[in-house]
Amino acid sequence: MIEIEHVSKYYGDFPAVTDISFSVGKGEILGFLGPNGAGKSTTMKMLTGFLPPSSGTVRIAGSDIVSDSLEARRHIGYLPETVPLYTDMEVTDYLKFMGRIRGMSSNYVARRINEVIDIVNLGVYRNTHIGKLSKGFRQRVGIAQAILHEPDVLVLDEPTIGIDPIQVVETRQLIKSLGGEHTLVISTHILPEVSMICERVIIINEGQIVAEDTPEMLATRLRGVDRIELDVKGPSKEIADAISAVEGVTDVDHHYVQNGGHTTYAVSLLPDLELRSRLASAVVTGGWELLRLQSVGMTLEEIFLQVTTEEQIPGVIGAVEEEAQQG
Amino acid sequence: MNNTFIIAWKETRSYFSSPTAYVVGAMFLVLTGVFFVFDITRPFAEASVRGYINWATLFIVFLAPLLTMRLLAEEQKLGTLELLLTSPVRDWEVVIGKYLASLVTLGVTLSFTLYYVLMLFVFGDPDIGPLVSAYLGLFLYGAAALAIGIMASSLSGNQIVAAVVGIGILLMLANINRIGVLLQGVGADVISGLSMDAHFDDFSRGVLDSSHVVYYLSIVVVFLFITVRSLEARRWR
Repeated sequence: MIEIEHVSKYYGDFPAVTDISFSVGKGEILGFLGPNGAGKSTTMKMLTGFLPPSSGTVRIAGSDIVSDSLEARRHIGYLPETVPLYTDMEVTDYLKFMGRIRGMSSNYVARRINEVIDIVNLGVYRNTHIGKLSKGFRQRVGIAQAILHEPDVLVLDEPTIGIDPIQVVETRQLIKSLGGEHTLVISTHILPEVSMICERVIIINEGQIVAEDTPEMLATRLRGVDRIELDVKGPSKEIADAISAVEGVTDVDHHYVQNGGHTTYAVSLLPDLELRSRLASAVVTGGWELLRLQSVGMTLEEIFLQVTTEEQIPGVIGAVEEEAQQG
Repeated sequence: MNNTFIIAWKETRSYFSSPTAYVVGAMFLVLTGVFFVFDITRPFAEASVRGYINWATLFIVFLAPLLTMRLLAEEQKLGTLELLLTSPVRDWEVVIGKYLASLVTLGVTLSFTLYYVLMLFVFGDPDIGPLVSAYLGLFLYGAAALAIGIMASSLSGNQIVAAVVGIGILLMLANINRIGVLLQGVGADVISGLSMDAHFDDFSRGVLDSSHVVYYLSIVVVFLFITVRSLEARRWR
């Protein structure tokens, strides 16, 4: 549904985004995670055709966002980070206008406005001036205009920022319920939000993609011990069996044959176990040459520390742990 | 084209649901009203709008940019331009829609001054020809001024800047013929030919010359074109 290939964006000489490529399938919920200034909003602006990329291509539902812009834009519902709204308009008038410029007939708009107002729970305020609404309700109006024309692709830039905790929970549930029908791209710098809503996460930092995985895998990696890699010389099947026999090992993958005549084994483990010495002795007891043993989770944890703001980290890890225990 | 009318309708409603149109319109009516009274109470006054209509162009120079300053500057400031330009709408549809709304507001304001004309008919016997040409000229003058105003509004997110730039360009274009008369030869003709006021004289005298109509329409087209380009340029910054 969304294909981004080698996209870069320069503001003058400053590279805001460098050589990003990813794709999002139909009905998928993709989280875009990164600290402030990482290039999240710039990427969103390029996805929706507000900013053209300096190089590379963006395709929405098969249409290029630059050369076939109108067709591509027809498929998009967008909520920018700042939630821009015409403050002098009433909610229903505003939604009507947004629907009409997206090519909806007046009958269709009228019917759809009622549905959407129900979905975002704005019934009481339907005839209120947007300027008089609180931040949380404006956010809902913003989401309402984004889903109004039933777009295939929904791009939400930090949809829960600046609203109170109860509304955050409601908004997340709302967003989650939108998945399936819509292809969703959500940017955020809040880690638990990603694990609650998204099926896949891309972490972006300083304009580059630094990680891409499911929230579960990222949560596991965040805990430090996730996978251990071993380089061993010897018969790969027997070695793999010996490694699997170690208590706490959940999976062994040995598809990576290296030039040096050894095999690299990627070993997945249950979290919070110190298995390095037992793995080493298992290999050595079998009489094989152990060339390398490395815990690979650490580097990603470092990335995550860099990616998330420091004061968030204790809470973030707690939340992820809760999530892992529940799931 | 449909999008243009949707945007024009929304902007027109917005004009008349905020104080802008009323304040600017009221200013225009008060000022033109005062000069109309001055003009017809002079000794040997004739039953025409010629005296006040020349003043009206000056008020348009100052008031038109106040009417248009909000149109694109506010969208940029609020960020709503981002939603508008990511909707399946062409840039020129946005510009022309907004321009049409300001034109409607101008038309409504000018239509109130027809009250003066009514007075002329009640208390005198005016020539219809010069009245028609004067009002056609005034509307064209206003249309050109609004196009310049909306161009100024596209330049930044600051409405004050938009108004000042708009008034500045208009004052220059209106009065450049005063420099033209100081010069001689082709240069003088070219400079006078650019002047909005020089092209207005014939209209107020009751002479309808298509070259003047073409001049004002060219100003509209050129400045709306620059406006569309200016919006496009925002994306490449």
